[in-house]
Amino acid sequence: MTEAVSPAPNRKLARWPVAQRFADHRLALFGLATIIVLAFSCLVGPWLLPFSDTHIDMQSRFAAPFSGSHVFGTDMMGRDTLARLLMAGRISLSIGFSAMAVSMVIGVSVGLIAGFYGGAIGAVLMRFVDAMLCFPSIFLLLAISALVSPTVPAIIFLIAMTSWMEVARVVEAQTRSLRTREYTLAAHSYGASSSRLMFREILPNAIAPIVVAATLNVANAILAESYISFLGFGIQPPTPSWGNMLNSAQTYLTSAPWLAIIPGAAITLAVTSFNFIGDGMRDALDPRADH
Amino acid sequence: MATFLLRRFGQAVILLIVVSMIGFTILHLAPGGPLSQYAVDGSMTQADLDRLADQLGLNRPLPVQYGEWFLRMLQGDWGVSYRDRQPVLDIIFSHLGATLELMLTATVIAVVLGVWIGTLGAIRRYSFFDSLATVGAMVALSIPTFWFGLIVIYVFSVGLDWLPSGNRYTIGDGSFWNRVHHLVGPSIVLALVSTAVWSRYMRSSMLDVINQDYIRTARAKGVSERRILFRHAMRNALLPMITIAGVQLPVLLSGALVTETVFTWPGMGRLFLDSISYRDYPVVMGVLMFSAVIVLLGNLLADLLYSVADPRISRQS
Repeated sequence: MTEAVSPAPNRKLARWPVAQRFADHRLALFGLATIIVLAFSCLVGPWLLPFSDTHIDMQSRFAAPFSGSHVFGTDMMGRDTLARLLMAGRISLSIGFSAMAVSMVIGVSVGLIAGFYGGAIGAVLMRFVDAMLCFPSIFLLLAISALVSPTVPAIIFLIAMTSWMEVARVVEAQTRSLRTREYTLAAHSYGASSSRLMFREILPNAIAPIVVAATLNVANAILAESYISFLGFGIQPPTPSWGNMLNSAQTYLTSAPWLAIIPGAAITLAVTSFNFIGDGMRDALDPRADH
Repeated sequence: MATFLLRRFGQAVILLIVVSMIGFTILHLAPGGPLSQYAVDGSMTQADLDRLADQLGLNRPLPVQYGEWFLRMLQGDWGVSYRDRQPVLDIIFSHLGATLELMLTATVIAVVLGVWIGTLGAIRRYSFFDSLATVGAMVALSIPTFWFGLIVIYVFSVGLDWLPSGNRYTIGDGSFWNRVHHLVGPSIVLALVSTAVWSRYMRSSMLDVINQDYIRTARAKGVSERRILFRHAMRNALLPMITIAGVQLPVLLSGALVTETVFTWPGMGRLFLDSISYRDYPVVMGVLMFSAVIVLLGNLLADLLYSVADPRISRQS
């Protein structure tokens, strides 16, 4: 979808067409670079900063950004915004990746089973997928989050539970079409077991859309975490997350707007980057399609 | 056409049953199940709870309980709120208007802007505008709705003082223009994501259409480009958009919940959040089921409208 911004083929990568098409996708490269920088800063940053993310300093509450020793200012308890942002990044990014991993396991399994066996099993599973998709995701997330205690693993599980359906649909459609390909039939004819057919013949050939879906799923998981944490049902303070940093920001919007602007910008940057990467992968893995 | 309708209705009924099963399961996952309210506040002993469970038939097999619950739902008996003993369905309907008002306004904005951006992007494919719209749509889809809401409030309410920062109207002034004034901020915020989605789908739908034979024929006949665009291309490109309106419903509802929270808009989303905070499970489950049913019916309606607007669809299947 972004052919318009991708001339200049990279000759070194000519032997790997997929890698080259990805490298030609400038926005995807930008996304990848941003994520690497962001993840690295969140990992290393907190050790380099002179402030701890939990250090409360009532004397320097609401210090404005770029004015004193606090680069991004401080919050209502005098905690350093940058330190909190980086610690929150650790939480939010790892929730994004973990929730993606869990949702991929669920989605791929359901899709593979439904597509491979078809018939009644397939119909039941796919109607379940359709029904789950009827629930607006945030409503479902909040309703279930009210029932569990909001620990990090619980939130990961919650997000995964509400974001595997699209993957299941994609994998089911792929599996259904790959099941009748010659190589699958050939493997079947020499007596390959169902699990061999699924994992050795079908799954490796359906990997392209799965990888794209996984990337976009990270973006959506980060967004989902920010939504429920913002609304107060996700990660609970004092553990910071990008979403819950914004939780109290609305109260201080007039006096301390940076408390709202900075974490939101971090979320937008991370999510946009993952979406760009996903888009680049889609173009790289399926060059014929024009999205 | 008749078989198509029949099949589509059949699918919707099956879906409704599966949706209700999911809702029922979640209801019973609540700590203490349907009796959680009493279990939480500690005013009853375990013996009391057991007796109550027995009286209410909560010890019977789950399928029996589900059957009864489903029948009651169908008859419009969705239980009563823990908070004020009002019937759940009445509470939902009293909040529905505000949400629909917001969703409709946002959809109108999104359709007008999205169709315009998408069409322009398609007829000037790969132009600067097209690239900008592509990147813009991607960024718009990545911005958390609540954050965009905060930014809009910061800029237009706090900074410029052009828009009110919340509520549906000023207390004591329910005039039409006052309501419109309050509607501007939240509906722009809610429209952002939908606009991005509409512009993308409109672009690809338009690209499909302008490569069709009938467009070439029209051109060969010497029809003006303007007339081709509005009379031939646009009308056909808009048809598949009907289903997009249906598919967008859950996203729009989720967005409405968040937007209502940021702008203290008294709709269904705020009702849902407040009910969660009060652990008012009957209302929580009611709104959850209600939103799923809206999505289900919306998609059914969109499919039916599409098959009426484009007879090729029902003949194919």
